[in-house]
Amino acid sequence: MAMLEVENVHVYYGNIHALKGVSLTVEEGEIVTLIGANGAGKSTTLFTISGVHKPREGTVRLEGEDLISYPAHQIVAKGVCQVPEGRRIFTRLTVQENLEMGAFTRTNRADIRQDLERVFSLFPRLKERRSQVGGTLSGGEQQMLSTARAMMSRPRLLLLDEPSMGLAPMLVESIFATIQEINREGTTILLVEQNAQMALQVAHRGYVLETGAIALSDSAANLRRNEMVQKVYLGIV
Amino acid sequence: MDTQIGFNWRESVRLGLIGGLVALSLSLIGVVETFGGRGIISGVISLGQILLFGAMAGAGYMSARQNPHARTGLNLVGGLIAGLLASLPLIVLVFVAGPINLRDFLPNASPGLLKLLIFEQDQATGSLLLLAVSAVVGLVGAGITLLPGRVRHPLLMGLLFVLMVGLLSEIIILAWGTKGLGLKIRRFMFDKGLSIRGTLLVFLIVAGLNALWGALGGRAQARVSALPAQQQKVLGWGRIALGVLFMLVLPMILRTYLTEVINNVGLFILMGFGLNIVVGFAGLLDLGYVAFFAIGAYTMGVLTSQGELGVAGMSFWSALPIAVAASVLAGVILGVPVLRMRGDYLAIVTLGFGEIIRILALSDFLAPAIGGAQGILKIPKASLGGLEFVAPETLYYLILAACLVAAFVSWRLRDARLGRQWMAMREDEDVAEAMGINLVQTKLLAFAMGAAFAGLSGAIFATKLSSIFPHSFNLLISINVLCLIIVGGMGSLPGVMVGALILVGLPELLREFAEYRLLMYGALLIVMMLSRPEGFWPEESRKRELHEFETEPVLAD
Ligand SMILES: Nc1ncnc2c1ncn2[C@@H]1O[C@H](COP(=O)(O)OP(=O)(O)O)[C@@H](O)[C@H]1O
Ligand SMILES: [Mg+2]
Repeated sequence: MAMLEVENVHVYYGNIHALKGVSLTVEEGEIVTLIGANGAGKSTTLFTISGVHKPREGTVRLEGEDLISYPAHQIVAKGVCQVPEGRRIFTRLTVQENLEMGAFTRTNRADIRQDLERVFSLFPRLKERRSQVGGTLSGGEQQMLSTARAMMSRPRLLLLDEPSMGLAPMLVESIFATIQEINREGTTILLVEQNAQMALQVAHRGYVLETGAIALSDSAANLRRNEMVQKVYLGIV
Repeated sequence: MDTQIGFNWRESVRLGLIGGLVALSLSLIGVVETFGGRGIISGVISLGQILLFGAMAGAGYMSARQNPHARTGLNLVGGLIAGLLASLPLIVLVFVAGPINLRDFLPNASPGLLKLLIFEQDQATGSLLLLAVSAVVGLVGAGITLLPGRVRHPLLMGLLFVLMVGLLSEIIILAWGTKGLGLKIRRFMFDKGLSIRGTLLVFLIVAGLNALWGALGGRAQARVSALPAQQQKVLGWGRIALGVLFMLVLPMILRTYLTEVINNVGLFILMGFGLNIVVGFAGLLDLGYVAFFAIGAYTMGVLTSQGELGVAGMSFWSALPIAVAASVLAGVILGVPVLRMRGDYLAIVTLGFGEIIRILALSDFLAPAIGGAQGILKIPKASLGGLEFVAPETLYYLILAACLVAAFVSWRLRDARLGRQWMAMREDEDVAEAMGINLVQTKLLAFAMGAAFAGLSGAIFATKLSSIFPHSFNLLISINVLCLIIVGGMGSLPGVMVGALILVGLPELLREFAEYRLLMYGALLIVMMLSRPEGFWPEESRKRELHEFETEPVLAD
């Protein structure tokens, strides 16, 4: 049984039919990427998994258990945590306070302190700035912080929405390196990206989403070689 | 820094003209004349004149502040020019309003005002005098910035206290100056406003104390922080005990009238604590907050009234929990439909809710139960073990107790888990949800807690007045409470108290201001937003947000 199974999910915003029967699976320990153009429905897919949006039709299962009947905050407690698009950190809290908010669902203080150290070892830049206010961090540091904050809930499945958006190429590489490291330490990752180049390098498998429906799915290596993907998403003519 | 930078004359001219326009506006809206009758220093200067020349002094002061590195002489001349220019619009007014009657469209351009502006002289002499005085005032304004801090602070403090004492002289006399020693002091210090002797006395005492603190305060503080932790703790408790003692004896110091004012402030503080939870902690903009105040008051009225409308004839104490519970219930009932709304939409819906409650209270439909426009009468006073809460001095303790409970609950909740939920939700609802926070519960608890304090305040309000009418529960109360939170500092508990004292206490003391109350609110809010957006007594993280960005701009990648 796959860790996450999304089956034939239909989501509407009023009359807009945003997801038209999306199905995908994520196995435990994988990095799976979901690539697609702007407006294809990538974020909507993640919000559906994390329970913020409820589908009109279809199922979302985590290790066989139906997630749709749970409110979003209980899904977090089950180990699914989403890093929303656009570095939405708490701008007036310090880095450390932001991270502590991430551990909101947990109560064991010793564990939290231990995880704080683990996150700081993943993101040493944040450790230097632990008492700085979030709003004064640079864009790259804010992205690190929002990923690190999600790690503090000790997720088993991490949903990342465009972590590379708006970052300089060097920072993009370091973010993706960290994503791989998080995965090696045992967290399963569903990675949404427009930067298909990088995403397909770190992922094991990938899905291509086009206007609310899955157009392609394959191993990352095969997708990189796929002609359509090369033309549309990798800019190789 | 380079001292050779040319002096920025244009800035002095600009500030002078702005000052002039301010002075002209103050005159034409009638403030100068209305307050011309209120002496601050008897026979020397009135409040109207202080406001008028405050504009000139301000122009001079700002002009010098804009040129911090210029030579002293130049700065003084800059201030002089600013003051001079600030008087020009007034002089134009004097010459125009003499022959031409402006009063059809500027009703306050009255002969009385003109006489005041030219010091009751003839036009030519008076104008020259106004010009000269303004120039000197501008120069003094500039001169103040050039003084070293250890002189400037005591000077400004002394002047501020003279202004305050002069402003409140009527009330001070009424409270303490009617017999015995008080009467003697009054004869010495006060006439119409402060006497000259009184002015000097107040100024010397305040400036002296301030200078003394400036010289020794730093050392005293260092001494205290050098003490071992144990003793500091004792000191901290001592301070709290002193504060409590002060609050306990306050009505004896303030006497009846001022205690009555403080009681009104207290009811607003109580509502402020409640709305502070909703708006300050949880970030839910509620413009219909008065509804919960009304529900608390009406529940208390219906349950305890001894008139025709009373249904239960309960005592204050047995009705109190029901009144609070009714407000909480209303808070939850309002909360459920607005769960999905944010920002502007929430503000509009809550605004509507507040109006609905007021109109229901006024309606003929509910009149058989709650009296419609006639209201509810004969609400009994609260009593506790033989003590009747009738006089303001005893009622004070009831309000104080309620405020202390509300302050304690707010303070504990802010640092508790629920407080962090509110904070996260205020900052970003979606992220809060992604962190595993139950938004439904978090929102409803904010509305419920806020409503509870307002209900408590309303219940006390009902027994305080013995009768309640729908018109006491209008939109202005919601706006008042919101403003006092903004002025005090969003999310800050001491801020609520400071805000209530400024926005509720001061206007009560200065009755002539009643007419200008909304104008003052507007002006105060604009000035606050420009110069101190975090409020007078801000909460820690808010101060951080508004000021760290200035020093450390966000770096772009
Ligand atoms: N809150 C919303 N209300 C209405 N339409 C929305 C909303 N969010 C997204 N959409 C629409 O749904 C579609 C998918 O959006 P989204 O999931 O954000 O795409 P992506 O993340 O792939 O760029 C788009 O057509 C978008 O306009
Ligand atoms: Mg998106």
